[in-house]
Amino acid sequence: MTLAATAAGHGFLSPTGVEIAFLLVGIATLGAAVVTVTTRQLVHAALWLVVTLGGVAVEYLLLTAEFIAWVQVLIYVGSVVVLLLFGLMLTKAPIGRSPDADSGNRWAALIVAVAAAGALVWVVVDAFRATWIDLDGAVQGSTQSSGRTLFQYWVLPFEALSVLLLAALVGAIVLSRRAGEGKAPVAGLRNVFRTSPAPAPREDQR
Amino acid sequence: MSDTLDIALRLLAVFVVFLVFPLVIGQTEHKVMAHMQGRLGPMYAGGFHGWAQLVADGVKFAQKEDIVPAGADRRIFQLAPAVALLPYLLVLIAIPIGPHGAVGQVIDAGIFFVLAVMGVGVLGSLMAGWASANKFSLLGGLRTAAQLLAYELPMLLAAASVAMAAGTLSLPGILEAFHWWWVPWQIVGGVVFFTAGLAELQRPPFDMPVADSEIIFGAYTEYTGLRFALFLLAEYAGIVVLCALTSVLFLGGWHGPFGLDGLGWLWTLLKTAILAFGVIWLRVTYPRLREDQLQKLAWTALIPLALAQIALTGVVKVVIS
Repeated sequence: MTLAATAAGHGFLSPTGVEIAFLLVGIATLGAAVVTVTTRQLVHAALWLVVTLGGVAVEYLLLTAEFIAWVQVLIYVGSVVVLLLFGLMLTKAPIGRSPDADSGNRWAALIVAVAAAGALVWVVVDAFRATWIDLDGAVQGSTQSSGRTLFQYWVLPFEALSVLLLAALVGAIVLSRRAGEGKAPVAGLRNVFRTSPAPAPREDQR
Repeated sequence: MSDTLDIALRLLAVFVVFLVFPLVIGQTEHKVMAHMQGRLGPMYAGGFHGWAQLVADGVKFAQKEDIVPAGADRRIFQLAPAVALLPYLLVLIAIPIGPHGAVGQVIDAGIFFVLAVMGVGVLGSLMAGWASANKFSLLGGLRTAAQLLAYELPMLLAAASVAMAAGTLSLPGILEAFHWWWVPWQIVGGVVFFTAGLAELQRPPFDMPVADSEIIFGAYTEYTGLRFALFLLAEYAGIVVLCALTSVLFLGGWHGPFGLDGLGWLWTLLKTAILAFGVIWLRVTYPRLREDQLQKLAWTALIPLALAQIALTGVVKVVIS
């Protein structure tokens, strides 16, 4: 695969316009991501997530991976975030701060996030080190080249992923079946559906 | 330098189309609806058959006070109309209207670009519905989201069928590969695409999210003045985009019938105009679907039809190659 030209003639100290743009968009994306997880307003978090995912799409575009960029917008911004907002509106989406919008897992989440980011950065840096994408040559992330790579070299992971998605789909259907229809759900599942716990008796009712 | 000038001219042309066509559609809707209902419609503004009515409306909207409800989430409330409108401007850049590069910008994954950006426009309605602090708005937003989730999939599948037939995702590329027999071949996909697009635009008979007899005006209930006008403009721009896309993907765009390709971009405009007339016609003709009927139509009719179309496309493609 000739995904990128060698680093001959490139240096970190004389960045081109695209590299600067890449860096700036990256900083903005990171900022939006941090706001997403720190804001106390639930819907604002979802909307900042839109900014974050859009920023990632712009980074893909700057790396000439056009197809991936638009799929990113289509799937994540157009569907996942809409699903998120739908869920929020259906359940609980107050305007203003929600003081209870905080889990006790803050530190565990931070550790996992840092570890995941570290692993990803390390893998990417180790894999590509000093390879450069030739921006003036033929587009390397076009639909054609992406499709060819996907279905020539990565067919097995692709199919494995589709089986995984199918399993998730079946799981979702099993979970969402109501008790009255067909067999009653397993006893262990019943707790999952009890969204609101039985109200504790108030002082004046005792 | 000529490159820069070329790009600037193209963007300017797209912008002019974006400003003019939605207004033309809006005025046509006034007149067509009026005549279908046995009345005249606006006749006074501008002198000749009330041609300037929408300009007058625009002036009226601009003069109205821009009110943000006290309980609303101010910033998101004010941002929502822009989020609803701007994606349609972006989409217009990718739609080819004529042969030999008469397109704002050739985009390699054009279909994905167009559908992705159109999906972003719906976020505007969701933001408006949530930020208004009004239960009717919230209901409208919910219905918008449910509708989008149901109709995005058949739209994408139908578009994928055309992409399979043409062997490319680029919109000008699809038109290059077009033959007349694609129209009967892809007709089911075309109907699915157009119907799903109507639902995504929340046009009647799929206007549950703005059903005025139930939830006032859905997500746009609290809006006044220019921001409200921007939402209306987004709807008309959406009609332009949907009709142009349908004509490009399923009706051959600038190809004329019987090999009469000479007129070029006029064919695109003509097909778009006829489809837009159909959109208006549907609004006058059909009653509104109930929310559950709407979901049922999407999941039990449109998605199976789109899948069948993809299967048919695949089979024919293998047989003829």
